Amino acid sequence: MLGAGIGAGIAALGAGIGIGRIGGSAVESIARQPQETGRIQTAMLIAAALIEGVALFAVVVCLLIYLAAKAG
Amino acid sequence: MIIPFKNLSIFAFIFLLISNLSFADEHKKEEGKKEEFNPGEMIMHHVGDSHEWEFAQGVIIPLPVILYSSEKGLEIFSSSNFHNEKHEYMGYHLDHETNEIHAEDKHHVYDISITKNVASLFLCAAILITVFLSVSGGYKRNHGKAPSGIQSFFEPIVVYIRDDIAMKVIGPKYERFLPYLLTIFFFIWFNNLLGLLPGGANLTGNISVTLVLALLTFIITLFSSNGTYWKHILWTPGVPLALRIIILPIEIVGMFTKPFSLMIRLFANITAGHIIILSLFSLIFIFESYTVGIVSTAFAVFMSLLELFVALLQAYVFTLLSAMYFASAVEEHHEDSHGHDKHPEFHDVETPGAKVLI
Repeated sequence: MLGAGIGAGIAALGAGIGIGRIGGSAVESIARQPQETGRIQTAMLIAAALIEGVALFAVVVCLLIYLAAKAG
Repeated sequence: MIIPFKNLSIFAFIFLLISNLSFADEHKKEEGKKEEFNPGEMIMHHVGDSHEWEFAQGVIIPLPVILYSSEKGLEIFSSSNFHNEKHEYMGYHLDHETNEIHAEDKHHVYDISITKNVASLFLCAAILITVFLSVSGGYKRNHGKAPSGIQSFFEPIVVYIRDDIAMKVIGPKYERFLPYLLTIFFFIWFNNLLGLLPGGANLTGNISVTLVLALLTFIITLFSSNGTYWKHILWTPGVPLALRIIILPIEIVGMFTKPFSLMIRLFANITAGHIIILSLFSLIFIFESYTVGIVSTAFAVFMSLLELFVALLQAYVFTLLSAMYFASAVEEHHEDSHGHDKHPEFHDVETPGAKVLI
């Protein structure tokens, strides 16, 4: 159970770092070329959703571990 | 029915606020009965499926239970029959923890009841049919004229999906896939929104539903795939021979993990959002203080607004990724020699969306 908790925390950490970097580079590129804001925002959202998908994989695995530990 | 959009957003915000407050009331009554407040159980109950639809404390709609077994045949009865002490009726026992129905004499029973999620699916299907029949009716009436009414709300969305998702990603063959993409987008979006209403059912947070949606995408990708798609997977052009053998199992597994990730992404995003909001409310009942109540409600309102955004975003991402998988399935083979291709991601320009996936 402890492993599940730590795993979920690390997943959140990973998602935070990843999406933070995407957000940072997206904002930076908007600052360089304000006329491309629309396309950059779209790309940023897509990348953020994909990364969040991976983090949620980890969360689901941690949830399964927790449920298995509770039952077993 | 033309609702000015500015009033609608204010109304929606106030509705959300009030609905959160009334939701909080529902569990104060539970406290009065001197029951231990168990947050885990409450959250699982709200996020999971059940055989009756509980809108608020006491307002319960019992749904039909439909059981099929090879011994007894088809049996249909109301789930309110299970409300006795031991949750038993006619030889069947309803397990409250897992919401499964077991037979007394242990014979195998297929539970094909109308549960809360199924009823919500029917409701959403009815809403979708009504809305889109009226939109298409509007197009028939206003042939050649400007759109009016509900048509003008959905047209920009449909056009956006057609232009920026289907045409841009799939290229010239997009029309075959457009009905599926539109259906998927609106189905997921409306179901996410319905789940956020108080008393709503968490349909897209049910992994069976997302499994079916991902499976549909997978099947359509398989059926519309052409030789180039299989060639790229099984015998990747442009890489040395030794690498091809290594890439082969990776690509085959990749073929399955793409829809799998679609399924998990949608399920986990929606369920996690619901759990966060429910946990914030549970905090109030664990701490039982006014300050926590106010702060927690403010957080819950913020999370609910974020959930509204996530509802739309997850529908968009699912649709976009499905379009990308279709694009890679129907890409045309280009005759430029793969041997000299230093940048394989640029060699098929007809399906620009496919190059992201190589």
